[in-house]
Amino acid sequence: MNSLRRIWAMVMRYWYLLRRSVPRIIDMVSWPIVDVIMWGFLSQFLAGNSSYIAKAGGVLLAGMFLWDVMSRSQLGVSVGLLEEVWARHLGHIFVSPLRAWEWLAALMLMSIFRTVAGLAPAVLVAWAMYDFSLFDLGLPLAGFIACLLVMGWWLGILVVATILRFGQGAENLAWAAPFVLSPLGAVYYPVATLPLWLKPIALAMPAAHVFEGMRGVMVDHVFKPDELVDAALLNLAYLALAALIFLWAFRSARMQGKMLQMGE
Amino acid sequence: MPSANLQNPLDTIISVQGLTKRFGDSLAVDGISFTVTEGSVTGLLGGNGAGKTTTIAMLLGMLIPTAGTIRVMGADMVAHRYRALPRMNFASPYIDLPHRLSVTENLSVYAGLYMVDRPKQRIAELAEALDFTALLKRDYGSLSAGQKTRVALAKALINRPRLLLLDEPTASLDPDSADRIRRYLQDYARDSGAHGRGATLLIASHNMVEVERLCDELLIMRRGKIVDRGTPAGMIERYGRQTLEEVFLDIARAEPVASAEARP
Repeated sequence: MNSLRRIWAMVMRYWYLLRRSVPRIIDMVSWPIVDVIMWGFLSQFLAGNSSYIAKAGGVLLAGMFLWDVMSRSQLGVSVGLLEEVWARHLGHIFVSPLRAWEWLAALMLMSIFRTVAGLAPAVLVAWAMYDFSLFDLGLPLAGFIACLLVMGWWLGILVVATILRFGQGAENLAWAAPFVLSPLGAVYYPVATLPLWLKPIALAMPAAHVFEGMRGVMVDHVFKPDELVDAALLNLAYLALAALIFLWAFRSARMQGKMLQMGE
Repeated sequence: MPSANLQNPLDTIISVQGLTKRFGDSLAVDGISFTVTEGSVTGLLGGNGAGKTTTIAMLLGMLIPTAGTIRVMGADMVAHRYRALPRMNFASPYIDLPHRLSVTENLSVYAGLYMVDRPKQRIAELAEALDFTALLKRDYGSLSAGQKTRVALAKALINRPRLLLLDEPTASLDPDSADRIRRYLQDYARDSGAHGRGATLLIASHNMVEVERLCDELLIMRRGKIVDRGTPAGMIERYGRQTLEEVFLDIARAEPVASAEARP
């Protein structure tokens, strides 16, 4: 019960910040809309010039939306740390009774909110401009979104651990990490497209299984539950690994006095 | 001169033995030992770089020592700091609160983190006592340095801490505000705390008037060591000086001496 109260206090801390900051709200909402407009026009163009896109209308837009779920989820976690660093606030929250895992739980809850609030307007834009509904994916959509949210969490936790360990100089990772991983996520093309040596690396990523599953539903009209199970199991393993790395980095930050030093 | 050996262990709220902190080649705190009695107000004095802030960070569990032990309210602050943290708090001008949150929002977050009963009432009490009721709806970032100091002190008092650690508690305050804060701290130390003994305050300060007025005991640090200790009046008498500032200058400018722990 005490943990829930502390987690809620931190959720409110990020909510107060978000609701008062117009630039943060614009940033959260605008990029998915820009993405959907660009990928929507590209999809329209390719529909008349590519048999693959013509066969599975909306596969690029669906890929964009689902990859944005992962990116927004990751940013929700890692930017949470950066907000504390920018505010020179780490020293206060970590001498309060707040446990590190409670703080991560608050960041994860906020990342769900940021993802939903950020993508909802873009979903409406896609429906209004391109007659595309993400919900046509049906029930599997819930599994795809859940897996990508969790992937965003563990990636965000790894980014947080890196910043705690190596300092604020590593903050660009928060924005770069999804871009670095996207070629291996097989977001817009099947894993089969990748060279032989890259395939095992891609298949070690939960995202590749999610997007194979998504294409199964959209292109072949078949739901492949094994892809979702593989993604979920990989997520569990990476989440546990990320938690261990975070604990190590947190202790290292306490050894080096980073909580007092980090800030602008 | 107080000694750990002469005190009843039940009276001891802070017990530090052989505390050492090294950052690379630099020895920030050099094997210090001291105890603080429950209900006392102890001043931690020393010039810049003497090791005061590092010592406070280790007392809070924010910094892990290289060697030595710290027990606060019986809890080992390296392994079990969460046992003590709900009953202690901290303020420092070197760590901020989030600028984009209002004063009320900031204090509400900390009321949640410290699980304060009736948080609105507690915030109103503190705002009245520290004279910032008119600022409650203002963004913390829009406040003057002195106003921020008072709000940060309210954050440190939000949970009615049994042990309060303060780094420069009246920095940036005009003489009138500083006097009000000192009077409030004196009252708090006398009236709060556990077992009818009053709260315990550990204050790091350069303001000798403040230290003389507030503190029962002094620990003087120099180059990471405790070089002297005693009551303000006792030290003035022992050094044959008129004021504590003169005593401080004598110690700060003296040739290196053996640590006070080593003296008979």
